[in-house]
Formats: sequence, C-alpha cells, structure tokens
Amino acid sequence: MTERTLRGKVVIAGIGETQYYKHGQSPDSEFKLALQAILAAAKDAGIDPKDIDGFASYSNDRNDPSRLAAALGTKELRFSNMQWGGGGGGVAAAVGNAAAAITSGTANCVVAFRALAQGQFARFGRGTGAPLASGDDAFTIPYGVMSPAQKFVMKVVRFMHDHGVKQDALRAISMASYHHAQNNPRAVMYGRPLDEAKYDASRWIVEPFHLFDCCLENDGAAAVIIMPADRAKDLPHKASYLLGVAGGSDHRCAAPVHNAPNYASSHFATVAPNLYNMAKMGPQDIDVVQCYENFTGGVLMSLVEHGFCKPEEANDLLRLENLISPTGKMPLNTSGGNLAECYMHGLELVNEAVRQIRGTAVNQANKSDAVIVIGGPMVTPVSSLILGSEATL
Amino acid sequence: MSYLPEGLPAPSSGADGLSTPYWEGTRKGKLLIQYCKGCNHWQWGPEWICHRCNGFDLDWREIEGRGTIYSYQRVWHPVHPALNGHGPYIAALVELPGAGNVRMVGNLLGDPKQDVPIGAAVEAVFEHHETASPPFTLVQWRLV
Repeated sequence: MTERTLRGKVVIAGIGETQYYKHGQSPDSEFKLALQAILAAAKDAGIDPKDIDGFASYSNDRNDPSRLAAALGTKELRFSNMQWGGGGGGVAAAVGNAAAAITSGTANCVVAFRALAQGQFARFGRGTGAPLASGDDAFTIPYGVMSPAQKFVMKVVRFMHDHGVKQDALRAISMASYHHAQNNPRAVMYGRPLDEAKYDASRWIVEPFHLFDCCLENDGAAAVIIMPADRAKDLPHKASYLLGVAGGSDHRCAAPVHNAPNYASSHFATVAPNLYNMAKMGPQDIDVVQCYENFTGGVLMSLVEHGFCKPEEANDLLRLENLISPTGKMPLNTSGGNLAECYMHGLELVNEAVRQIRGTAVNQANKSDAVIVIGGPMVTPVSSLILGSEATL
Repeated sequence: MSYLPEGLPAPSSGADGLSTPYWEGTRKGKLLIQYCKGCNHWQWGPEWICHRCNGFDLDWREIEGRGTIYSYQRVWHPVHPALNGHGPYIAALVELPGAGNVRMVGNLLGDPKQDVPIGAAVEAVFEHHETASPPFTLVQWRLV
C-alpha cells in the first residue's frame, strides 16, 4: 500500500487579501470582500478565477460556495467544504481539506478563504444579548464567563501556575507582533508601536490578559489557492509546498463545563505529533513560526505543544529578541499576526507563511524554507500546517 | 444579594431537559452531579450518555459542596450591559474530590481583588434569585 500522506502533494499557488479594516469599518459587504480576496489570490497564482473548482472554509463562514461559484462564473463546482469549529481553529484544516480534495482527485483548484465584516454582522468579543443561557452555557454565562477571553483564560492561568511562566513571556509575544506590524503597511496597527511601558500600563481585560494580549477584531478577507504540486513549474512564484497538516483535539477536549482531562492546554497535544509525522520533520527544522494569537496565553501553550520549548523553558524562549525577524532565533508572527496585522481568523498567517517562503515578506527571515502555521488555540478542533520550499521536499 | 448584578442571562435547562434535575436541585440547596450506574463513574457537565462505558443509565446524586480551586479568573472588562461599571469579579473553576474530581464554574465570593490560591479549599453557597421569573439558584463558592 502506498503511503497515505499529503506531504508534497499540493502547492499554495496564490495568496490574496483585501485591505484590512478595523471592525465595522469596511465600506464593502462581507461577500464582496470574499470575492475581492479570491480574485486577488487567483491573479497572484496567474490563473483564471473561473477555473477554481472548489471552496474550503471554516468557522461557519457565511459566504456560501454555491453563491461564490455563481458570482465568479465558476465553470464547474467540484468541492465545497466547511471545517467544523469556531474561531481560527480550522484555518490549517481548511487548507488541508482542500489539499485532500486535490490529492484524491476530487478537485483541481481549490480556494481556502475567510471573510469577516463585523459591522454587517456581530462582534465576537461581546457577551450574549439573550435573556436565558441554556445547555452548557447555563453553567458559565450566569457567572460572567461568556466572552472568548473569559472562556479560555483559566487554561492559561493554570498553565502559568503549574510551570512558573511569567507575565513577561506574554508581553514578549504581544510585542513581537506589534514590532513586525510597524514594517507592514497592510497591518491595522501599522504606525502604532508598542513598548513595555505601554503594555504594562494597558488595562486588564481579564488577568493575566492586558488589552494588548487580546486579538483585534477586523473586517476583511483573505484567500489562498491550492493546486496540485505538479503545476508548480507553471506558476509565477517560487512554490510553497504543503509538507504536513493535522487537525483535531485530544481525549474529551470538549468535555462540558471546563472538564477536559488535559485542561491547561492549547489542544495540540495530539495534533502536533501528527503534523510532524506527516511533514517528516520536527520543531528543530522550522525556520519561521506563525502562531495564532487569539490571546497571547494560547500562543504560549501552542508553542510548547509544538515542541518549540519545554514549559519550564518558556520564560527563556519568549523574549522579544528571540522572536523578531531577521535576528531572532525563532521569528514569530512576522506580519503582525492577529494582534497587529489583522484578525482574519488566521488566514493572514498562511499568506505570511507563503511570503516568507517566497522571500517577499516585509520582515523577511534569514532562513525561511520551512514555515509552520499554528491555528487558533484552545478551541476544538484545532489545526496546524507546515509549508516548505522545494528544498524541503 | 447576588454576587453579580441582576440582568445577566439566567440559567435554563433548555428544550431537551438534560440538566433539569441539577437546576431543580439547586432550588432546594442540593448539589446534584451525574453518576453512571453502569460503571460507577461521576460525570460533569450533563450529557445523555456516559462517556466512559457509553451506557445511558445515568443517575443524579447529591454530593457535599466541597472542592478545591483548580483555576480562576479575575475579569475586569465588562462584556455584558449588566456588568457595565461593576468592576472586577472572580470566577473560579472548582474541582470536586467528592465526585471524581469533576469541575464546576462559579464565582468566588468575597473581595473581588483578593488573592486566589490555586488548590485552596472552598465550599458551595447557594445563591437564590427569588425575584427572577422563574426563580433560579446559582451555586457559588467561598474559601473555607
């Protein structure tokens, strides 16, 4: 039996995004944003957008593949796919689902995309307006535990308690994103630098998350075109191959009312080994890290669970000088990520990973043959992927 | 007087009635947790099936309201209109040794700026909301 793998089977042929806006500021509807990002990605790949024959998204994206296909004049729709789960947990899985469709011969050219217009729709960081909380929510919301920060923070508190991780580690993660955004004209926080004093003085959202530990909420869209690897030679850019992808979560991760057995976790305990097995590499082989920041504490646990440091080494690794490109030993979130470039549920991180491999990033790392994208932590399912240059095949 | 201001969403058993015994128990000052009669195993939150033996023969059993703090949070930023201007509050994740170390979420009563020692012993306090329609009771916690 041949090896069952996606390693080296597909390339990210094109990347695209709209202008990124503060939440509620987009002049365009969410559907129009999705179209703009998809067209930009098709142009970047040098393909006719009508040749896209599959659509993959996540987080209950509202932009239906059939409407997209009709609007774009898609010649033939062969694949339409939604990864279950909220937030950015599904970002890598959406790319993986597209890759699986292509590798299995189900489709030839799939776009993975995410679009958000929170002026048109609702914001994420607010509580419910409903008078009643039922089901599992009844056991948390009446106690004032309702926003994403409130749902996740007790994992982080317990992890930091167990391993002696200091606030400075969270601050360094935040500052790395803001540092990189200052060179990135696409970034919503371009021209809005962050220093230690500003971080320390910022208000608490929920301890230990200051304002700057929490992601933005933004309007915009981003898209990547995924095609078979044998098309790489025809494409206009240096190829970014998918080396590995994995999604899921460990045993009873979603056990109700905070009863996951492995509680103080970003939920990658089983996912990361699967990722590295497919990619045939380990954390020591990764040149650049794009790690989804819904909250800095999630980055902390994601990095540990992907093997970039042991829990007790987090205070040493998570220092700003280690995290900035090109001089740091582990460049992290080199476009500004969800904290400072744009909260596009992590698809902006996939675009940045491709830019790093092409050598066209605004904060280009010295070595960027293998780039990891770790999707939204602490939700379930989560997912992560590794892209590589031809040299890594 | 309740720990948090009135006006937050009230707990509801929901249309499927899965958690009705729990909420009826709190009205009487009883803390009821699911217990699988098939494999003698505590389970929380409520589910229709025992995750361990996959049996459906689940019971509700009263336990003593004593636990330890497993984790906690001090919230500052209000995300619901009822909390605007209220100031910080503490939610705790409490582990219940008397029920197989299942965990429950509640508020930690007392000074919202108090130090919260992970591992500290707590006891349940039944907070009755008699003027709500319908009335309900929340299970809160205080250090012992």
